[in-house]
Amino acid sequence: MAEILLEKIVKKYGSLEVVHGIDLAIAHEEFVVLVGPSGCGKSTTLRMIAGLEDISDGIVRIGGMIVNDLPPRKRNISMVFQNYALYPHMNVRDNLGFGLKIAGQPQDVINQRVAEAAEILELSQLLDRTPAELSGGQRQRVAMGRAIVRQPQAFLFDEPLSNLDAKLRGQMRAEIKKLHQKVKTTVVYVTHDQVEAMTLADRIVVMRDGYIEQVGTPMEVFNHPASTFVATFIGSPPMNLLPGTVQAGEVILTDGSKVPVPMRAKAEDGQKVLLGIRPDDISPVGHGLSQDGPGAELNLIVALAEPLGMESLIYTRIAGQEVQAKLYGPRIVKPGDALTFRLALDRAHLFDAATGITLEAR
Amino acid sequence: MNSSIESRASKRIKATVLWFTTFLLMLIMCVPGLWVVLSAFRPNREILAKPPVWVPEDLTLDNFGKIFGFGTEQIGIPVTSYFMNSMIIALTSTIIALIIGMAGGYAFARYRFRFKGGIFLGLMLFRAVPGIALSLPVFMMWSRLGLIDTKMGLIIVYVSLNVPFTIWLIDGFFRQIPLSLSEAAQVDGCTRWQAFWKIEFPLAKSGIAAAGVFAFLTSWNEFALASQLTRSTDSKTLPVGLLDFTAQFTIDWAGMCAMAVIIIVPALVLTFLVQKHLIAGLTFGGVKG
Repeated sequence: MAEILLEKIVKKYGSLEVVHGIDLAIAHEEFVVLVGPSGCGKSTTLRMIAGLEDISDGIVRIGGMIVNDLPPRKRNISMVFQNYALYPHMNVRDNLGFGLKIAGQPQDVINQRVAEAAEILELSQLLDRTPAELSGGQRQRVAMGRAIVRQPQAFLFDEPLSNLDAKLRGQMRAEIKKLHQKVKTTVVYVTHDQVEAMTLADRIVVMRDGYIEQVGTPMEVFNHPASTFVATFIGSPPMNLLPGTVQAGEVILTDGSKVPVPMRAKAEDGQKVLLGIRPDDISPVGHGLSQDGPGAELNLIVALAEPLGMESLIYTRIAGQEVQAKLYGPRIVKPGDALTFRLALDRAHLFDAATGITLEAR
Repeated sequence: MNSSIESRASKRIKATVLWFTTFLLMLIMCVPGLWVVLSAFRPNREILAKPPVWVPEDLTLDNFGKIFGFGTEQIGIPVTSYFMNSMIIALTSTIIALIIGMAGGYAFARYRFRFKGGIFLGLMLFRAVPGIALSLPVFMMWSRLGLIDTKMGLIIVYVSLNVPFTIWLIDGFFRQIPLSLSEAAQVDGCTRWQAFWKIEFPLAKSGIAAAGVFAFLTSWNEFALASQLTRSTDSKTLPVGLLDFTAQFTIDWAGMCAMAVIIIVPALVLTFLVQKHLIAGLTFGGVKG
């Protein structure tokens, strides 16, 4: 059993505190993704779990054992680095077997485990090459292979795909997912890419400025964002946020147009709010996916249309603010066209304008 | 059409000028060396002939014979003990400078500590002081300590001359090695010490070798301080030994040149080695830059 527990973890560099006492429980064999913009403390948190950074305050437990003062080698974890960190002077075989060799395993055990890992990651043909002779994707696989041969309690990934081009990134993302299904182990994965977070995670931990903003399954985080930060960070293109004031069950936008308060939200009259609605939930009437449920219809002028094939991304303005909407199905829309858009309010959100925290009734 | 012919012509002129200038510079640099090497194989009378004999007519090994004690003529210069002194002093000081340089270079490259910038700047400034400027204070201290005319005395001086340089060079090589390699090794089960010897040291090896050769050459060729601090065959090095060929009224140019060749050869061999290492550099494939 290798659950990882973070209890009030703090990281300080001198007087600068970068991680502010976060709590997180990662279950055995769970795939948890720490996601957030650069500088949010996600990599620092991962490095504290790995033992590469001192823990300024709080407790880290791996498999029930407090590891605060243990060096990385005694934590029984393995890590995949952003730059792969393969040993340039060793061939793939020695790179894979290095950890076992250091641990003093007999050569036949090393050979067997290296062969197994190479098999899983399709590296068998490459064992005698040096890292310099490998492509980016192959290096990435070697880095993962080096992590799995030691059969650790947990894998830590530090932005492992950010050095790859977009196509390869998609492939490797799928491979990591498959790897986790084959080698059931606890995984902590750090990325700034919300697509990676959504596709890989059992649970997503959204971090911001050294705090955890929200923890939840990808769908929870997507469908029930706890704050405007999460709402705009997860999902692409980001959620539209329209300022307004609540009055008698309606949100009055800055230009005076009225939109019913989304069903799930609880707000008081006079409260300043942000109405959050994803581009997917604003569509021209007759071209959206769903006409059911509560909604509001607004007549808007198209500012720009970006055809993407199956759908078009439409830029328009609501109450003077730029808003992105989506048009499904092939139809040519030109700038200047006046269309009636439907806002699907059953999937809209309401946030407090001052704090950015959701007003969703739970 | 016209312009392309013109530009081709001007390119050719440029190339010719460049080639000629290079040749001229090489000539200026190489002629003294060539003169030394040629003179090592010529008799004194041909070296001193007036008008000068440009093309050697009479090549001989007599000059080396004199030094190493074979052949007809003998001279009383203990070249063998000078050679041994030079070797012992240069090798020992190089090894010590390398050990300190590795430790220091690693510390500067990897650790944060107080006054790091200041200490580094201090080392570099020390490097900027010409050794000879320190000769008088060093001489006085060494005479009090009884280090005059000892190998140890010179070794200490050369170590302190070389350490700033080896630290600076090795620091640069360690800096090129991504920190994540050492971290990966530590996660893989190494102590920091093991990570250094198994990962970082092999990768910095060429840099350390280069620093070693430079340090060796500095000690091997150094004349100014050695001429102050040595007296006898106990500690005299080859460059100082060269002076033995100057008598009150005569200078044995042929013998001196032969000995100069003996000094130059190990230096040349090592220079070729360091050149290879520096060109080979570090081949990084393990990390994407």
